[in-house]
Amino acid sequence: MSIEQTAPITKTPKAQKVASPWRSAIRKFAKNKLALLGLIIMIIMILICSFGPLFSPYNIYDYDYTVKNKAPNASHWLGTDKFGRDILLRTMLAGRISLMVGLVSTAIAVVIGATLGAVSGFYRGWTDTITMRMADIFLALPTLPILITMGAILSDLKVDPSKRIYFLMLMIGVLSWVSLARLVRGQILTLREQEFMQATEALGLRDRRKIFRHLMPNTIPIIIVSATLLVAGAILFESALSFLGIGVVPPTPSWGNMITAANSLIDFRKRPWIWIPPGMCILITVTAINLIGDGLRDALDPKMKK
Amino acid sequence: MAKDLVEFKNLETHFHTSAGIVKAVDDVSFTIREGETLCVVGESGCGKSVTAMSLMRLVEMPPGRHAGGEILFEGKDLLKLSKREMSRIRGNEIAMIFQEPMSSLNPVLTIGEQITEPLALHLLLDRKAAKKRAIELITLVGIPRAEEIFHSYPHELSGGMRQRIMIAIALSCDPKLLIADEPTTALDVTIQAQILDLMRDIKRKLNTSIMLITHDLGVVAEMADFVVVMYAGKVIEEAPVLEIFKDPQHPYTKGLLKAKPIINEKKERLYSIPGQVPNPVDLGDNCHFHDRCEFCMDICRTKLPPLRVHGDHNHKTACWLYEEEGKAQ
Repeated sequence: MSIEQTAPITKTPKAQKVASPWRSAIRKFAKNKLALLGLIIMIIMILICSFGPLFSPYNIYDYDYTVKNKAPNASHWLGTDKFGRDILLRTMLAGRISLMVGLVSTAIAVVIGATLGAVSGFYRGWTDTITMRMADIFLALPTLPILITMGAILSDLKVDPSKRIYFLMLMIGVLSWVSLARLVRGQILTLREQEFMQATEALGLRDRRKIFRHLMPNTIPIIIVSATLLVAGAILFESALSFLGIGVVPPTPSWGNMITAANSLIDFRKRPWIWIPPGMCILITVTAINLIGDGLRDALDPKMKK
Repeated sequence: MAKDLVEFKNLETHFHTSAGIVKAVDDVSFTIREGETLCVVGESGCGKSVTAMSLMRLVEMPPGRHAGGEILFEGKDLLKLSKREMSRIRGNEIAMIFQEPMSSLNPVLTIGEQITEPLALHLLLDRKAAKKRAIELITLVGIPRAEEIFHSYPHELSGGMRQRIMIAIALSCDPKLLIADEPTTALDVTIQAQILDLMRDIKRKLNTSIMLITHDLGVVAEMADFVVVMYAGKVIEEAPVLEIFKDPQHPYTKGLLKAKPIINEKKERLYSIPGQVPNPVDLGDNCHFHDRCEFCMDICRTKLPPLRVHGDHNHKTACWLYEEEGKAQ
C-alpha cells in the first residue's frame, strides 16, 4: 500500500536538530547565573560528601581523647570534637546522610503525590473527593509537631539508631506529598480536557497508559520544580529533628545532630569549629537548592519565554 | 450494492443541562456502506459532531445520555459493548480525525511515539516492526523525510503536516471506518485541498469508509458519495451527492445551496437563510425549521414531518411540502 507522494508541501525544517522542549529549557537554565551557581555548589557538595570520606585518614568511630576539642590545625583541618573525632570527616559523612534523607523522602513524596494527584485529576468524582479531602487533612496537620511526635515515638519504641534514618525518610516523605498532589491534580484537570486526550480516547488507549504516558509527561516541569524545593524542605526537617535529638541520633552523624553541640554553652562560645561547619553546610545546601528550584521554575515555565 | 458497515437506528443522544434537556441528536437514522464516503452537513450546533462522537462513544456522560436507538457496526450494537470491547474497536476498526490538528497531538511526545502507540496496542507489533510501519504510514500520507519526522515533536510541524500525521495515526490499524470531524476547517485553503486529495486517495487504495463531517458544501461536492443534511439534531434530508446538488428538496438544503458562492458569478451579496438556529432546549413537536422557512404552513408548526422517500428511491426528505397532508393545505 503506497500512494504516490504528493510534492513536499510544508516548510522544510532546519537541517540542524531543532530544539526539543528539554533542550530549550536547559539553555534557559544555563543563562540564569544564580541558578547555575546553585547547581555547581550542589554538585561540589555531593561530590565532596560522597568521595571526600574515602580520602580521610581518620575513622568516624576512632575516639581519640588525646586530641579532643582541638581547634582547626594541619592534621585536623576543621578541628576535633569532644571525643577527638575529626570534624571534617564527620561533616562529610553527615552530609551523605542529610542529602540522602532529602532525596529519598522527596522521591517518596513525589511518587505518592504525583500518582494520587494524577489519578484524582483524571477520574474526578469520588476518587478525587476522597483523595483531596485526605490531602486537606494532611495539610491541616502541622508538619513539624507531627514529626516531633513521631520522632519521640520512634525513640520510645527503641528503634535501632541505624534504622531510624529510614523511618525518618518515610515520615518526611509521607508528610510532604500534599502540595505536589494538588499541583499535579490541577494540571491534569486542565490537560484531560485537551483535544489530544480525546484523540487518545479515540485510539482506544487504556486509562493507565493515558495517565502515565500522556498526561504525566506534561506535568514533569511542575513536578521537577516542586520536587527540588521539597528536597530543601526535607533537609531542613531532618536537621531540625536531629537537632532536637529525635531525628538521626548519634553516633550516626547528621548536620542537625552535629549542631546540637551548640547547646552546650562552652562549645557555643569557645569552640565554634564544632557547630559552624554543619550549620554552614545546611545554609549553603538549602540556599543552593532553592536557587536551582527558582531557576528551574523560570526555565520550565512556557509563559516565561522571551 | 456494497454491504452496510454502520447503521444508525433512531439514535437519540441527549444532554441534561440546568436549562433543560438538549436533544443534540434526535431520532437520527442513516447508513454508511463499505467503501463509501458519507458527508454529514449542517450548521454549527446541529448535532453533526455529537452523532460522530456517539458512534465512537466519546460523549461525556453525564451530562450526555443515550436516550434510545442503536448504532450497529457490522451487526453489533456499539452502545451495548463494554468499555473494554469498545476500546478494542476504537482506533482499530473505527478511527477518528479531529478538527484541530494543532492541539490533537500531545506536545511532549515525539511523532514516532504517538504513531507507534496504536500499533503496539491493537496490532501487538514490537518496537522495530512498529517503527517500520510508522515510517511507511508517514510516507503514505505524503510527508517526505519520514525518518526525520518520526523523531520530531509536534511543534516542529506545520498545521497541514500535523493533520497528515493525524490521518497517519488514524490509518495505522487499517480501520474500516474513518470519521473525520471537520478535518480541514482549521487549515488554509491550499492545504485543505491536499488533505482532501489525500483522503480520497486513501479511500480508493484501502477501501475505507469515511464519515466526513463538514459545513462546507464545496468539500461535500468533492468528496461525498452520499449526503446527510442535519438540522437541530434531526436528519432532514438524505440523498446521493448528485441528487442533493441537482434536486434539493428540503427548503433548508435549498437555502444552503443558495448560500454557496459560485465562481465566475457576480453577486452583490450571498444569500443567507433568515433567522437563527433554534435554541436546542425543549424543542417542540414540530418542524424545527418552521420559523425560518419561507414555505411554512400551519401543519409545520404543530407536527413533526417524517423522513420519507419522495421521488427517487434513496432520496429521503422530512418536509410537509411533499406529504399529502401538506399538499392538502
